[in-house]
Amino acid sequence: MLLYALKRLGLALLVAAFVSVVAFLLLRLSGDAALAIAGEGARDEDIALVRRTYGLDRPLIVQYGDWLLRTLAGDLGQSLYFKTDVAALIADKLPVTFLIGSFSLLFALALSVPLGVLSAVYAGSWIDRLALALAVAGQALPNFFFALVLMMLFSITLRWLPVSGSDTWAHFVMPTIALGYYVTPPMMRLVRAGMVEVLGSDYIRTARAKGLSPASVVFKHGLRNALVPVVALAAVQLGYLLGGSIVIETIFALDGLGYLAYQSITHKDFPVTQAVLLLLALIYVLLTLVSDLLNAFLDPRMRVA
Amino acid sequence: MASAAASAAVLEVEDLSVTIRTPAGPLHAVRGVSFDVRRGETVCLVGESGCGKSMTSLAIMSLLPETATRRARRLAFAGADLAGATGAEINALRGNRMAMIFQEPMTALNPAWTIGDQLVEVHRRHKRSGRAEARERAVDLLGKVGIASPVERLGQYPHQLSGGLRQRVMIAMALMCGPDLIIADEPTTALDVTIQAQILRLLAGLQRELGIALLLITHDLGIVARIADRVHVMYAGAIVERATAAELFARPCHPYTRGLLSCLPAPGVTEAGTRLGTIPGVVPSLIGGIEGCAFRSRCEHARAGCAQAVPVRRASATHHYVCVEEVAEMAALGEATA
Repeated sequence: MLLYALKRLGLALLVAAFVSVVAFLLLRLSGDAALAIAGEGARDEDIALVRRTYGLDRPLIVQYGDWLLRTLAGDLGQSLYFKTDVAALIADKLPVTFLIGSFSLLFALALSVPLGVLSAVYAGSWIDRLALALAVAGQALPNFFFALVLMMLFSITLRWLPVSGSDTWAHFVMPTIALGYYVTPPMMRLVRAGMVEVLGSDYIRTARAKGLSPASVVFKHGLRNALVPVVALAAVQLGYLLGGSIVIETIFALDGLGYLAYQSITHKDFPVTQAVLLLLALIYVLLTLVSDLLNAFLDPRMRVA
Repeated sequence: MASAAASAAVLEVEDLSVTIRTPAGPLHAVRGVSFDVRRGETVCLVGESGCGKSMTSLAIMSLLPETATRRARRLAFAGADLAGATGAEINALRGNRMAMIFQEPMTALNPAWTIGDQLVEVHRRHKRSGRAEARERAVDLLGKVGIASPVERLGQYPHQLSGGLRQRVMIAMALMCGPDLIIADEPTTALDVTIQAQILRLLAGLQRELGIALLLITHDLGIVARIADRVHVMYAGAIVERATAAELFARPCHPYTRGLLSCLPAPGVTEAGTRLGTIPGVVPSLIGGIEGCAFRSRCEHARAGCAQAVPVRRASATHHYVCVEEVAEMAALGEATA
């Protein structure tokens, strides 16, 4: 298990290093940064000055090395647009995004696992068909539209929840639902498919032949085996939720990372874009690592690295 | 006689039928099977693939797939009715007083839990025992089924064990609660030939030592000859011949049984270079009803009477077979028996 974990960690570090190169190069290759900083209508001397000041005239490999060392030291540079420290900017926005991301994932899991298990145990029954209908409806509904419907219902008509902002827990209820409902259907279908397969397996028949209670058969012997692909999906989905909360953050005026990424791209604020990109990619790598380790815990056969 | 046999019977099956819903119509996998298994004896159900022997065992354990329905005039374990029992009543017996060993040891154990977990849970459930007590029992039984260093094995997962070891674990699991009856469905079929013999010896030895009633499902007459007390030969969902093992091998009566035996090489009888027997044709479809003898399309003695209801004939008090022919007549036809 330890050897497996170390191997996974080594692999994750390799991917992270690769991601840093891509993050660095993407922005250098997507247009002349000096031109963007100097602004439109700048004279050639100004542009040359900017290029020297920011070190953009040095070879790429030197620039990368310099950037990497500073990044590892926690210095992400200055934002060109906000004129503040990028690290501080991100530290300020990250908690909001992280909160909605995690809440949405928990919301999706809390809904998809029980529904998936129920529709597998009672496959073909009305419960199964109802869950399928909900899943189809959920995936067909764009989240910006669903967010607005929620807002109209709970904030304007019923007046139960605040429309927007991020001050109290009540502000997070609607964004959580609006973001989480969208990843619920694929996870529910995965739980259902996994459970249907597992419940038809020989070891479930063995468990029943042992006279175990139906709950023990379904949960102890069934669910644990069915959860392996769900864990992998959940980790990837959390990455999607973090990156994909731009729309939701904008609608509910949540000042998070997604909104920051959007702003930095429109303003060609490349230190910020680079940092956000790198951070999201690293979170993804980290989540994949966590999902691998969780899977190894759930399925002992995977522990052989 | 009948009542004395009934009182000693651990398992009584009377007129058991299993019907499976298929898109093509109801499939009659088991058609009116009756037999019993008495305390401390080994009874074999023999037949080729698809003859309904596995469905019979699953029906007894209430483990039939959802598409299958079970009907029986009587289905009783130690005198208690199984056919009308609730799920909870069945669960109190399963794994406790009646246990089952399956054909595929590679997939019959849960990959996510250790051997120890899976052995211990059945004892804790039925005997309300503590973890330590159940663990002690598991170690004890793993030793008994011939597994070296049982304490280490408890912490291992199924994928770390070979097929033979896994089947030993399955046997230990079946023994955990000290059952009265063990049903073994082709327990050696998925194993290497050398391992088959070991597992079979183990099973037969434990059965004798612990006085358990063993219902062994197999297609292998070699196994039957070695460990059975009584044998029921199944064909197309029905029992065509029943006898003590000695009677069956000395004087097989039903043409199907004789066909099966002629497929086996017999030491000192079968000469090198000669072809072993085969039974021509295939098992008839079990979808829809079967009139008369199900074996007649493959039987070399078939005649017009075979399409009507077939009588049960008695070769002795314990030896019955279902055929229009008396065995003496068949012998007169020059059929050489094994």
